Amino acid sequence: MNRTLTCIICPRGCTLQAHIENGTVTVTGNACRRGEEYGISECLHPMRTVTAVIGVVNRDGKALSVKTKDPIPKEHIFDLMAVLRGMTASAPVAIGDVICDNIYGTQVIATGSVE
Amino acid sequence: MVYDILIVGAGVCGGMIARELSKYDLRVCLLEKANDVAAGASKANSGIIHGGYDPEPGTLKQKLNTEGVKLLFEAAEELSVPYLRNGSMVCAFSEYEEEQLRELYSRGISNGVQGLKLLSGDEARALESNLSQSVTLALHVPEAGIICPYKLTIAAVGNAMDNGVTLMRNFEVTSIKHKDGFFGLTSSAGDWVSGKYLINCAGGYSGKIAAMAGDDSIEIIPRAGEYMLLDRSEGKTVSHTIFRAPSKEGKGILVSPTADGNLLLGPTAVRVDTPDSTETTREGLAAVIRSVKESVPTVDLSKVITSFTGVRASHMDGDFIIAQSKLVKNLVNVAAIDSPGLTACAAIARYVTDILDSMGVKLCAKPDWNGKREDTEAFSKLTDEQKDAVIKKDPAYGRIICRCEGITEGEIRHALRKNPPALDMDGVKRRSRSGMGRCQGGFCAPYVMKLIAEEQGIKLEEVTKNGGGSKMLTGRI
Amino acid sequence: MKNHDIVIIGGGPAGMAAAAAAFDRGVRDVVIIDREEHPGGVLKQCIHNGFGLHKLGRELTGPEYADVYVRMIRERGIKVYSDTMVTSISEDKTVTATSTGGILKIRAKAVVLAMGCRERSRGALNISGTRPAGVYSAGTAQKLINCDGYMVGKRVVILGSGDIGLIMARRMTLQGAKVEAVCEILPYSGGLTRNIVQCLEDYGIPLYLSTTVAEIHGRERLEGVTVAQVDASRTPIESTKRYIPCDTLLLSCGLIPENELTQAAGIDIDRVTGGAVVDQFRQTSREGVFACGNVLQVHDLVDHVSDEAETAGIAAADYVLGKNTDAPCIETRAGEGVRYVLPQRVRLTGDSVSLYLRVREPQSNVRMVVKNGGRVIKTFPRLKVAPGEMEKLEVPVGLTSGDGDSLTVSVEVQK
Repeated sequence: MNRTLTCIICPRGCTLQAHIENGTVTVTGNACRRGEEYGISECLHPMRTVTAVIGVVNRDGKALSVKTKDPIPKEHIFDLMAVLRGMTASAPVAIGDVICDNIYGTQVIATGSVE
Repeated sequence: MVYDILIVGAGVCGGMIARELSKYDLRVCLLEKANDVAAGASKANSGIIHGGYDPEPGTLKQKLNTEGVKLLFEAAEELSVPYLRNGSMVCAFSEYEEEQLRELYSRGISNGVQGLKLLSGDEARALESNLSQSVTLALHVPEAGIICPYKLTIAAVGNAMDNGVTLMRNFEVTSIKHKDGFFGLTSSAGDWVSGKYLINCAGGYSGKIAAMAGDDSIEIIPRAGEYMLLDRSEGKTVSHTIFRAPSKEGKGILVSPTADGNLLLGPTAVRVDTPDSTETTREGLAAVIRSVKESVPTVDLSKVITSFTGVRASHMDGDFIIAQSKLVKNLVNVAAIDSPGLTACAAIARYVTDILDSMGVKLCAKPDWNGKREDTEAFSKLTDEQKDAVIKKDPAYGRIICRCEGITEGEIRHALRKNPPALDMDGVKRRSRSGMGRCQGGFCAPYVMKLIAEEQGIKLEEVTKNGGGSKMLTGRI
Repeated sequence: MKNHDIVIIGGGPAGMAAAAAAFDRGVRDVVIIDREEHPGGVLKQCIHNGFGLHKLGRELTGPEYADVYVRMIRERGIKVYSDTMVTSISEDKTVTATSTGGILKIRAKAVVLAMGCRERSRGALNISGTRPAGVYSAGTAQKLINCDGYMVGKRVVILGSGDIGLIMARRMTLQGAKVEAVCEILPYSGGLTRNIVQCLEDYGIPLYLSTTVAEIHGRERLEGVTVAQVDASRTPIESTKRYIPCDTLLLSCGLIPENELTQAAGIDIDRVTGGAVVDQFRQTSREGVFACGNVLQVHDLVDHVSDEAETAGIAAADYVLGKNTDAPCIETRAGEGVRYVLPQRVRLTGDSVSLYLRVREPQSNVRMVVKNGGRVIKTFPRLKVAPGEMEKLEVPVGLTSGDGDSLTVSVEVQK
């Protein structure tokens, strides 16, 4: 099977040709190694970094931005969002603090700070 | 509480009448269906103080326009409302239009308009360098001016309130009972208010209000006018108000500076179904552009910051209807107030007071009446040193919320407190100019929303654009 | 009256990078004036990732990228006047600002303009219809959601496929809203391809090209929009009109550099970029006043903003240190297929100069041709070019002097 993909790793947005045979993917059209990795991953098990904000219990009217430390399986994005919706942080929070450990094989960490 | 006078409609007429009546020892209540005053035609018109050359002699329009100019300038001074005597020019592009201008000129002379002059195209262009080369003749009206119509309304209502008038907003009259010498008005929300005299200033709905009271003699023709407003950077494109020769539908599409320093283009004149038909149309805006390009070709349309439609309440007769109802006792109709209604509003207020006097309303002057209103834009006019002193006392005046217009938190809080307090985003905008600039609230809206919520003690989700269901947000994330 | 060597107006990515660069060049008395409570500018609301790959070699979210620079200015002890908005710059470089502490006046030796840009509003787009609540510029909605934690709507149409619009389509979807459509009046998207993939395609959000919002409906809150395909003159085609019910319309129809301050100061503005006219050191028509970032030209990537700001910061420092150049200039011009070239003038000094430009329309297999007068001095082949992607051409300064009085860049289709 052949698939045409747009690499989302960097703004260059290379058009990738992926050839999939017996669970092995060969990628062409990439300008760098990470493009190849993306092409393979996208065909076998697509992953995405998720970013969102959560409420801060003791700072009304402030939101804390968070992200998954590593990409998570694409099919779990909305599951993660549901978890995040029920989650709040408690100030002070510093950038990089772990907000939620061990979720879809990674962590949710703060990308901003609330004093 | 039973009021002596109920006024339906807090537009410029209702507001000026309320202010005029606040001079006397009367219990006056001003009812408005919207979340703010000046919510109808009074917020969306040309803002022109007409010289008075246009109305046919002998009409109410002619009488009140002529009387109104001086009274309006006086009221604007007392109420600290921005206005400018910039003069106007009516331009002709053909022999036919030249003929019309000569007619207007002689009518203006007989109406007693001062300083009228017919200028050749070149003479006109010497005064207005951006005027089209195709202008062949211009009627110069030095007495004409411009004023901010909604600021005038807000100030008039605010001053009336300061002098004891009650303002009830969100009071949409759904029924009127007239019994035992009292009018009883019910609102869509189920509120009720009662009074001895009823003044109908309901603009586009004045026919409907009169009919509710039992007078079905008024038929209003709603006529929409579309406008485009340009950034203040363009406010000096013309200094006079530039009119085209008038037609049956109105005074044509003008190009004018506004009292706030923007440039205004419009209006069209299209008959619409209801007074609420305030949507803009592709065709309407195209018509504005077409006409403007003919009269002032250098207008930079890339500087448009907003467009809007106002619906004027016209009437078959063409004249104002300001009279005691022939069918319902103690009802005074102030209807069909289209152009030059704004110019005439102060004179209309006096005229209505005279009508009430003739109907037997006791007019005892209040000794403590104060017709002066402080300048709500005073802060922006201060020198840096004076501003510094104000900020040292109240740091909120040091925090600029609206970047485009340079409006501070202090000025916005003032707009949320001073009579009649702003209740919503549009209300803040009209009082303080926050959100009125080139980004149209893109940057300041989130901050203004917080200030509204804070001042009113409501949740941020409850903040509206202009009352009712116009909520800005749908909830927390 | 205070005195500072360099005053930087704006505490966003451009201002912070310029400040750090000026400091590192040897001027210690550098201050930033920022109108917000915290520095970081628009990055604070750009919680998505994709920042920093080019500049920092790692992928960060907006707040994280901003934090890198906040730390840099803190480490250097650069003062930030926050909650302070500059209202004027005088001819002698006295900067007047309003702050909660009072009116601030600073006499500067050099000024760097880094005020960023604003979004084009509904009014400027002349969309007809009513004026209900629920019509937001995409960035305003982004701030309300990401900084304040409030949702602006549940059922959304987005007009404009610029990157902010695409990012917001995904953001609204993740937060539980239904994005019905993204409409783009042009026949191609203005956003990066990767954003079309990861913001729209990932979530099945349709992108309609050559389509616009023709009318807005609803009295109080937005009730729906009429969308229509447009003809070559961008006029809606009546027969293609259709109604989409929605409570929110987000506008992502272009960014405009915020140069009212610059204009009021009497500094020359390029009508195409909307920013100041500058040389390659980002010096404006006023000696000692520099400009960088989105106030100068709207960039695609913050990484490029940081680069440009460093150039301006270094040049401002050199100016203060008396090391600036007054070498003669040659003008640059946008030729066939090119919308603008920046810098607008090149000083004939140094080894090479980077010309930044945007093409007028997407094309493939072209070459960018740089001419001095009639003479071709360098060509650059490109597989594809698009208006949404800024091009950068390195031209040796040595080649630019000579016969012509201007450098013209044009796009030629490869034979």
